[in-house]
Amino acid sequence: MNAATPEASVKKEFILTIEDLTVSFDGFKAVDGLNLYVDENELRVVIGPNGAGKTTVLDLICGKTKATAGSIQFKGKELTKLAEHEIVRAGVGRKFQTPSIYENLTVFQNLEISFPRGRGVFGCLTFRRTPDVVERVQQIAEEIQLQDHLDMDAALLSHGQKQWLEIGMLLMQDPELLMLDEPVAGMSVKEREQTAALLNRICKGRSVIVIEHDMEFVKSIAHKVTVLHQGKILAEGSMESVQANEKVIEVYLGH
Amino acid sequence: MNTFYTRWLGGRQGSMGIAILALLIFAIMPMWLDIFRLNLVGKYLTYAFAAVSLVMVWGYGGVLSLGQGVFFGLGGYCMAMFLKLEASDLTSTAHQTTPGIPDFMDWNQITQLPLFWEPFHSLTFTIIAIFVVPAIFAYIIGAAMFKRRVGGVYFSIITQAIASILTILIVGQQGYTGGINGITDLKTIHGWNINSSSAKYILYYFNGALLIGVIMVCRYVLSSKLGRLLLAMRDKEDRVRFSGYDVSNFKIFTFCLGAMISAIGGAMFTLQVGFMSPSFVGIVPSIEMVIFAAVGGRMSLIGAVFGTLLVNYGKTAFSESFPALWLFLMGALFIAVVMFFPNGLAGLYEQYGHKLSKLWRPLTRRFAKNKLTAVPPPDGPSGSATTAHKLEDQLVTEPVSDEALRTRRPA
Repeated sequence: MNAATPEASVKKEFILTIEDLTVSFDGFKAVDGLNLYVDENELRVVIGPNGAGKTTVLDLICGKTKATAGSIQFKGKELTKLAEHEIVRAGVGRKFQTPSIYENLTVFQNLEISFPRGRGVFGCLTFRRTPDVVERVQQIAEEIQLQDHLDMDAALLSHGQKQWLEIGMLLMQDPELLMLDEPVAGMSVKEREQTAALLNRICKGRSVIVIEHDMEFVKSIAHKVTVLHQGKILAEGSMESVQANEKVIEVYLGH
Repeated sequence: MNTFYTRWLGGRQGSMGIAILALLIFAIMPMWLDIFRLNLVGKYLTYAFAAVSLVMVWGYGGVLSLGQGVFFGLGGYCMAMFLKLEASDLTSTAHQTTPGIPDFMDWNQITQLPLFWEPFHSLTFTIIAIFVVPAIFAYIIGAAMFKRRVGGVYFSIITQAIASILTILIVGQQGYTGGINGITDLKTIHGWNINSSSAKYILYYFNGALLIGVIMVCRYVLSSKLGRLLLAMRDKEDRVRFSGYDVSNFKIFTFCLGAMISAIGGAMFTLQVGFMSPSFVGIVPSIEMVIFAAVGGRMSLIGAVFGTLLVNYGKTAFSESFPALWLFLMGALFIAVVMFFPNGLAGLYEQYGHKLSKLWRPLTRRFAKNKLTAVPPPDGPSGSATTAHKLEDQLVTEPVSDEALRTRRPA
C-alpha cells in the first residue's frame, strides 16, 4: 500500500521512519508490522476507527509504550532505545488527548516550564527568568491567543484554551516533530477553525502528526492522510484518494 | 537583596511567617519557660526538621515517606558516635577490659574499635557524615524506586519496611550500636560540656537558627523552577516527562534533601537530649513525624513547625495525666486532620486568617503605599509584567502566599 520502499527512504531523507513496528499487549497486537514514513515539513493526519492503534503509535514514538519489535528512526536516531525525556530532547513533542496542563500553575509558568533550558536538577535550581525566556513565552502566548491570560491559573481556562496552552507548551520546545492527539476534541466550531489556522501556521518548519476524527477538520489541515485499521495501514494518500477508497469507506467512513 | 527577600524569605507573607517563628523561638519561649521546659521545646524543634522535610517530600514531592525516622536516626547516630568516642577516653574507661572503646562494646566482648567507628574521632568528618550518610542512603533508596517508577502507597510501605529493618539491625548489633539502649552517657564536644545549662541554652538557639536556615533553603528550592516542577509533577507527571525532564531525578533530589534535613534534626536531638536510641528510628516515630506535618499542614514549611510543637505539647500534657490514652488520641487526631483539615493548621489560617488580617488592613494599606513610592515594583515570583497597579492590588487586598495560590482551587 505504501509507495515508499527502503531504498527511497534513504534517498528522500524522511524525518521519521517507522519500520515493522509491532507491539503486543498480552498477545493482542495493537500495532502490527506498521511502516510509516513522514517527510520533513509534512502535516500528516492519522485517522481510523476506535481501537485502530492510532494513539498507541504516538505512544510508541514518544516512548510511553515500548515496542515489541521494529524500529522508529527519527533523523537517523533510533528512538525505541531512548527514555522518554531523551526522545523529547531529540526533538519530538507530543500532545495528549485530554488537555495535559498544570492546573495549579499560571499560564506563564506552564509555558516557562517547557522552555528547553535547565532541564537537570541543578539547572532547575539555578534557572533564571531571563529576558529571552519572557520574550519567547510572550511570543508563543500570542501565537496561541493567550497573551491576555498569562497570569491566570491554568485551571480557569476554557477547554479549548487548555488545548491551545498544551500546544503552546510544545511549541516552547520548538520540536522538529510535533504529535497531536485529537487536538480539537470537545471544541466549538469557531475554536476548531482557529485551531486549524494555528496548525497551518505552526507546521511551517517542522513535521506534524495529527490524530483526528473530525473529517472537516482533517480536510482543512492534512497534507496526507494515513488510515489505520486493527494496527495496520489500510490506506494512505491524499484526502480525496482516501475518501474514495472502498475499504476505508467500509471500515471507517461509511457509517 | 531583592532576590533574597523574594526567594529565600518568601516575599512579604513568607518573611512575616519566619519573623513570627523567630520571635517565638528566640524571644517568647526562652522568656516564658525554664531551662528544663526550654530543653524540651528544643527537642521538639529537632522533630520539626523531620516535619519540614516531610513538607518537601510529601507535600511538594508527592511521595509519602514513612521512613523519615531512618534519616533522623542516621544523623543522630553519626553525632552520637562522635560524642561517645570523646566520652570514652582512656582515663574514664580505665576500668574496662579494653579501655578506650565505648562501654557497651566492652560489655559485648568487643576488644577493638570497629573500623566504621574510627573516622568518627574527627568532628569535621562527623559533620560531613551527618549530611552525606543519609543523602547516600536516600539516593540508593530513591534511585532504586523512582527510576522504576515505584510510587504512591508502595513507596510508603517500602520506606516503612526500611525503618523497621534498620531498627532491628541496630537492636540486633548491640556490640556495634549500643542495641536497644542506644548510645548513652554523652558528655562533651571538644571538651565543651553539652549537659550544662549554658550549653543547653546555646544549643537551643543554635538549633532554632538552623531550623530557620533550613526553612529558608526550602523556600529557595520551592521558589526556583524546581519547586514549580514538583507542583507540575504532582498534577501531570507524564506532561513533565514529555517536556524533556527526567522526573525520577527530581524525586530523588527532593528525597535526598529531605533526608539531609531530617538528619540535621537527628544530630541536634543527640546534642540536646544527650543520647540516641533506636526508638527514634523505627516505624512509630516515623509516623509521628508524618502526623506533625499533617497537623501543621503538609504544604506549609512554617505550619509543620507549629504542628510539631502543638502535637508534642499535647503529648506532654496528656501523657502526664493519661499516658495510656495518648496513642489513641494521636490516631484520632491524624484521622480528624486528614478528613476535616487536609491542609492542617496552615489551611485553617488560609481559610480564616483573612478575618484576622481585616484588623490590620488600615496598617497594611499605609505600608503598601509607602513601599510603592519608595521602591520600583519588584519582579514578583508568580507574574511577568507586574505593573504598579497590580502590585498595589496584591498588597492591599488580603495577602495570599505562594503556597496558598498553589493549593487554592477554583470553586
